[in-house]
Amino acid sequence: MAEPVITVESLGKRYLLDHAPSHDTLRDTLTHGVRGLVRRLTRREAAVREEFWALRDVSFTINRGEVVGIIGRNGAGKSTLLKVLSRVTEPTTGRIRLRGRVASLLEVGTGFHPELSGRENIFLNGAILGMSRAEIRRKFDEIVAFAEVERFLDTPVKHYSSGMYVRLAFSVAAHLEPEILIVDEVLAVGDAAFQKKCLGKMGEVARSEGRTVLFVSHNTSAVQNLCTRLLLLSNGELTFAGGVAEGLLRYLDTGVHTSGRALDHQVPAAGAPLRCLALTVNGRAEDQLDLPDTRDSLAIEMLLEVTAPCRVSLESFLSDHYGSRLAFASPGHEAGNAHVHDLAPGRHRLRAQLMLPQLLRGHYQLEFALVQPFLAKFVSFPAAIQLSVDGTGTTWGRLFEQAPSPPGFQLLHGTVAIEPVT
Amino acid sequence: MLEAGRADVHYWHDLWRYRELLGFLAWRDIMVRYKQTVLGAAWALLQPAITLVVFTFVFGRLAKMPAGGLTPEQYPLLVMAGLLPWQLFANALSSASGSLVSNTHLISKVYFPRLVVPLSALAVALIDFLIVGLLYLGLCAWWSFWPDWRVLLLPLFTLLGLLAALGAGLWLTALTVRFRDFRFIVPFLLQVGVFLSPVGFSTSNVPSWRFLFSFNPMVAVIDGFRWCLLHGAQPFYVPGLLIGLGVTAALLVSGLWYFRRTERSFADVI
Repeated sequence: MAEPVITVESLGKRYLLDHAPSHDTLRDTLTHGVRGLVRRLTRREAAVREEFWALRDVSFTINRGEVVGIIGRNGAGKSTLLKVLSRVTEPTTGRIRLRGRVASLLEVGTGFHPELSGRENIFLNGAILGMSRAEIRRKFDEIVAFAEVERFLDTPVKHYSSGMYVRLAFSVAAHLEPEILIVDEVLAVGDAAFQKKCLGKMGEVARSEGRTVLFVSHNTSAVQNLCTRLLLLSNGELTFAGGVAEGLLRYLDTGVHTSGRALDHQVPAAGAPLRCLALTVNGRAEDQLDLPDTRDSLAIEMLLEVTAPCRVSLESFLSDHYGSRLAFASPGHEAGNAHVHDLAPGRHRLRAQLMLPQLLRGHYQLEFALVQPFLAKFVSFPAAIQLSVDGTGTTWGRLFEQAPSPPGFQLLHGTVAIEPVT
Repeated sequence: MLEAGRADVHYWHDLWRYRELLGFLAWRDIMVRYKQTVLGAAWALLQPAITLVVFTFVFGRLAKMPAGGLTPEQYPLLVMAGLLPWQLFANALSSASGSLVSNTHLISKVYFPRLVVPLSALAVALIDFLIVGLLYLGLCAWWSFWPDWRVLLLPLFTLLGLLAALGAGLWLTALTVRFRDFRFIVPFLLQVGVFLSPVGFSTSNVPSWRFLFSFNPMVAVIDGFRWCLLHGAQPFYVPGLLIGLGVTAALLVSGLWYFRRTERSFADVI
């Protein structure tokens, strides 16, 4: 049953980066050449050209009917891989074996011409993507219906709204019938309803018609819904190939940027009367924290240096991995003056206990700010702590879709304490 | 199927598979060209018509060049028979050499044999050529000077002109991808070329230079056109034709070689 349609063996793609600020003109090349010649004659060092491997030693096999997601951070080599697979550029090393007709969709609406009407562009774009005229004519009505642009078929697409443009473009591509479909990030366009429709179409194509789909996206929920397997690229190398859930976890781990210390995330406001000298959470200064159980509370400790008298309270935010805020805790706002401290110049130690709500397994971010409630933000720590939560369950998902502010997230009463350090 | 540094054996097969794309690209360029113009396709006639008047005036009236077997009143026919292939060559060459760069968005996003792009530029030039051909027929009707049986060889010379444009165009378009300088070089070449080719005058006016002159591949094409269209008023100059064929073949072969060699890095450089 497992019949490989794509076999990639130790694929590499190298780009040469010129460090001289060269515009490629003939004159530059000539002067460069002459200079290089002189340099070689006088036996000085060779011209500086840096190699950059966008892909290095990538090997994998994909079987018929699989929907494979390719994920990785920006610059990991995803797009280069797709470009090589769709034959836009040649690999520097290695080999690829493709079985069946390949259609690649590296961009929505490639080759659309603004002056041409929707009808004309369907034919043009179809031909560019590799459809024959007869094939386009056969599917024409279906394409138009899917894109919902019947009324504007004879209007030049330069007058289309960007949504209509994208719908038409995707619709043409969705009606290709290749054995292998390569798709890059095209779902990041269009409104939510149309995105859903596109995803549905892609899933349907792969499931019912036994096609193979390669799919690059940053949209993890789309990847999760569509894909049967994941390839994870980082810095041009294939670091993981396997199940979706595991791949996503690994991807989110590589997404975490670890500068090391939580303190380094400090962003002081201009003219702030205080700054933070040390920050620890549960006694650790790192900006990453693994929590086996979220029922633990977090002990936050800061060493503050105050340069002018000020009134200070602590705010905390909990966000999901993508930075969408889930919860906010600010006793200074809620309980008034009880949690706002008047600080005199000098050093002070802040201690707070933070209760976390019950969290599903996954990755979260904690953000802190030192504020004067309602009036000023002195210092903030965006994405100060990356929380990896094992949680009680093993399901992957987001907890707070209905309840933006769960009751569990709060500072324990009476636990924001600030006292002078002698 | 895809291997590093190996020329694709399926290339020519692919080129055939993508022949419809060639048609579509040419069709797109034709459709788009005269959008938002008032005169529309009349532009295709207007430019050669004005060139015809100017050349007739300068070479025929001012310089009083011999009309090569025709009467002086028929000088426009001589010019037009030269202008026809020259326009074909000039249009084909200039659009072919700009073709890759103006289709950057396709080159960097979709695979197809890149040769399709300059070839489609040739197709567009050929359509223009047919339109200008109507102008020539108009002149024929005016002087009641219809071509005889020799016109049957005209397609061969048209092909020769196209191949010369393709050969040079392949070089220039591949070089333009890398060096945008060639965008400035091409119009200049064509501007000079119109005087270095016997467009406004007959080759028989330059007997002593004729051999050297023949290294311009368009000389053979224009002479051929005049032979076909003007009842052989312009006799064949066999060494010239052979040289022209040789130069065209050399351009074409080397152009293809260079194009194929650089083609696989187009997407990285463009």
